[in-house]
Amino acid sequence: MTIGWYLAVSALIFAIGAGGVLVRRNPLVVLLCLELMLNAANLALIGFSRMWGNGDGQVFALIVMVVAACEVTVGLGLIVAMHRRRLPIDVDEMRELQG
Amino acid sequence: MSATTAAWLVLAAPLAGTIVVGALFNRLPGRSAGWVGTSAIALSFIFALITLAKLQQQTPAHRELTSTLWTIAGTVGVDARATILVDPLSVLMICVVAGVSTLIHLYSVSYLQGDRGYSRFFAYLNFFVFSMLLLVLAGNFILLIVGWAFVGAASYMLISFWYRRTTATSAGIKAFVINVLGDIGLVLGTFFIFRHTHTFDLVASFRAAPHVFASGSGDVTAGCLLLLVGAFAKSAQIPLHTWLPDAMEGPTPVSALIHAATMVTAGVYLIARMHPLFQLAPAAGDVGAIVGALTLLIAGTIGLAATDLKRVIAYSTMSQIGYMIMGVSVGAYTAGLFHLMTHAFFKALLFMAAGSLISAMGGVQSLNRMSGLRRALPFTFAAFLIGGLALSGLPPFSGFFSKDSILLFVAGRGGWHWALYVAGYLGAFLTGLYTFRMIFRAFLGEPCPEAAELIDHGHLFHPAAPTNPANGELEDTDVGFPGPDHVIAERAIPMRVAMSLLAVLAIAGGIVSIPKTTSWLDNFLAPTFADSTIASHTTNNLLYLGLILGAAISLVSIATAYVLWVARPALAPAIAARLRPLTTLFEHKWYFDELIDALVVRPGAWFGRFAQNTFERVVVNGLLIGGSTGLVRAGSALVRGTQSGLLRVYAGLMLVGIAGVGLYFLLQS
Repeated sequence: MTIGWYLAVSALIFAIGAGGVLVRRNPLVVLLCLELMLNAANLALIGFSRMWGNGDGQVFALIVMVVAACEVTVGLGLIVAMHRRRLPIDVDEMRELQG
Repeated sequence: MSATTAAWLVLAAPLAGTIVVGALFNRLPGRSAGWVGTSAIALSFIFALITLAKLQQQTPAHRELTSTLWTIAGTVGVDARATILVDPLSVLMICVVAGVSTLIHLYSVSYLQGDRGYSRFFAYLNFFVFSMLLLVLAGNFILLIVGWAFVGAASYMLISFWYRRTTATSAGIKAFVINVLGDIGLVLGTFFIFRHTHTFDLVASFRAAPHVFASGSGDVTAGCLLLLVGAFAKSAQIPLHTWLPDAMEGPTPVSALIHAATMVTAGVYLIARMHPLFQLAPAAGDVGAIVGALTLLIAGTIGLAATDLKRVIAYSTMSQIGYMIMGVSVGAYTAGLFHLMTHAFFKALLFMAAGSLISAMGGVQSLNRMSGLRRALPFTFAAFLIGGLALSGLPPFSGFFSKDSILLFVAGRGGWHWALYVAGYLGAFLTGLYTFRMIFRAFLGEPCPEAAELIDHGHLFHPAAPTNPANGELEDTDVGFPGPDHVIAERAIPMRVAMSLLAVLAIAGGIVSIPKTTSWLDNFLAPTFADSTIASHTTNNLLYLGLILGAAISLVSIATAYVLWVARPALAPAIAARLRPLTTLFEHKWYFDELIDALVVRPGAWFGRFAQNTFERVVVNGLLIGGSTGLVRAGSALVRGTQSGLLRVYAGLMLVGIAGVGLYFLLQS
């Protein structure tokens, strides 16, 4: 099977994730979509790694997973904090930081 | 060790002292800062003596050594190097400066002991001495200017040392501003000379000067006149003298240092050092001589009317520096430097005695409050008397020989110089008069309460609350005020040692150049001034006339002072009342402060306000600042619109951006 198919699936997942980030307003879903984007990247990395026959891409993918785990931890923590303070669970309402 | 190495170490010792005392200012216990500072200067003095010994080993023709440590800036046409020049003139100066400064430091160890700024004082004091040594050792104009400016800065720090007193801070600012005026003169003068000689090196400049300047040409005269402006500001000559009496706001050892060793003599040294240039500009020399003569007379008359003890001594310094400036300007270099040396001894002694006296009075400096302190302060009285006799030029004290050697040379020049000669002896009469007015009023007569307390109970007077002697204000007693302790020489060994040594020098300092007997100083300085072209036709008759005149005038002036202020005390006020306009003039210091205020300060302030209202407000504030801020504001308003705060818009922009960059690179490849 050529690398093309892997990349096609990866691009599809990435596009779904990016679309989700842009259109959804619930921060939980935004986080989920972010995860999708990261995993699409991981898939591409693993695909390339297999194509070249060495382990570098896999190492990258592992690192991305670790970073993703951290990011989710922080993100979920933020969402819990927002919920506790009875703030609206909506990214469009959170727009105090502006010029 | 060669002479130049020793000379570099002369500079290194006080600098090291400054750094050590300054860096460890709060770690040095008790009086150790004072001892560190004193030993640094003493070390410098020892190196100065080594330099002297090594220099004397050379043949007279080779007693002009230079040494370069590094190049400050060496490009085409500019040769600024860290060079020192070791020749008899600079060696004489470093010996006098370091020697007298050592004694002043020793005196300060006790005198300042109650001050909370003790370490700071010694760090400044060491820096002051370092600056002066740098000035006199400088082998090129650049280093000379650096030393010159350092001296000004150090004097500012020390005059304003008691910075809780507004009078002290304003006096410091005044001294600094007038000195900067002198710095400008020096720098511009240097430039006039550099333009033609194309070198900053002193020795090379002097060699080149006769070839590039025609005698009396405009440029060399302008250069020398500008150098004179520098000399006048530093040496407190009319009309740039007003800072000197105000500088009395500093601690008394500082006054001693400024007047005896480190500052006001710099102008005299400058003229003596630049003598090859001044000989090409006779007009500049004449200006210096006339200003010196005027200063010595005017300062003498003000000294006669001043009531502040330290200010009387300050005016006497001005007057004596007038003699020196007059001397070196007419070509009496050796005589001028001889007077510089003896003056350093007796003036330092007088100030030390005055410091002890002021301590006994609990900080009061007014002569009107002092009387009958002779029995209370026997040692101080003896020191003051020796200093006063040397100042008045009574034989065989040192001042007699040095003053007369200047006036002898002046007389030998003939022509209009006779007017200077007469002014010199008139000044000598005034000197004796105001010196002994001060001594008689302070030490003779009925003991004042402070003196009586000291005699009867052995108890040093301390005021209930410290006040500023200049304006009577209550003092802020935080750091930066004189401290609660007062120290008199009778009770402090370091002060007595310093004063005794200076008293010996003040009595016997004249021994280095007694007419017809010794000529050590003349022989020593001969190599430096061998190229002097100014001849003075002195005869034996002139010499004897001068010696007799000098002795007679000093005796007559002391006798007059005795009559006026001791024998018939009612006479002095009567004469003062009879000559009301004259005494008013003297009491107001010839209105020099008012004149400078009206001619310089007020127009300057008016122009400043005018410029602020027009140029500053319209051009600077409106156009430059308003224009540039407006530009930035408009630009930022444009960009600010994109900062909506909407997370999803940011994410979209980021995505578009990354996609754009990716596309760009894809299309490129």
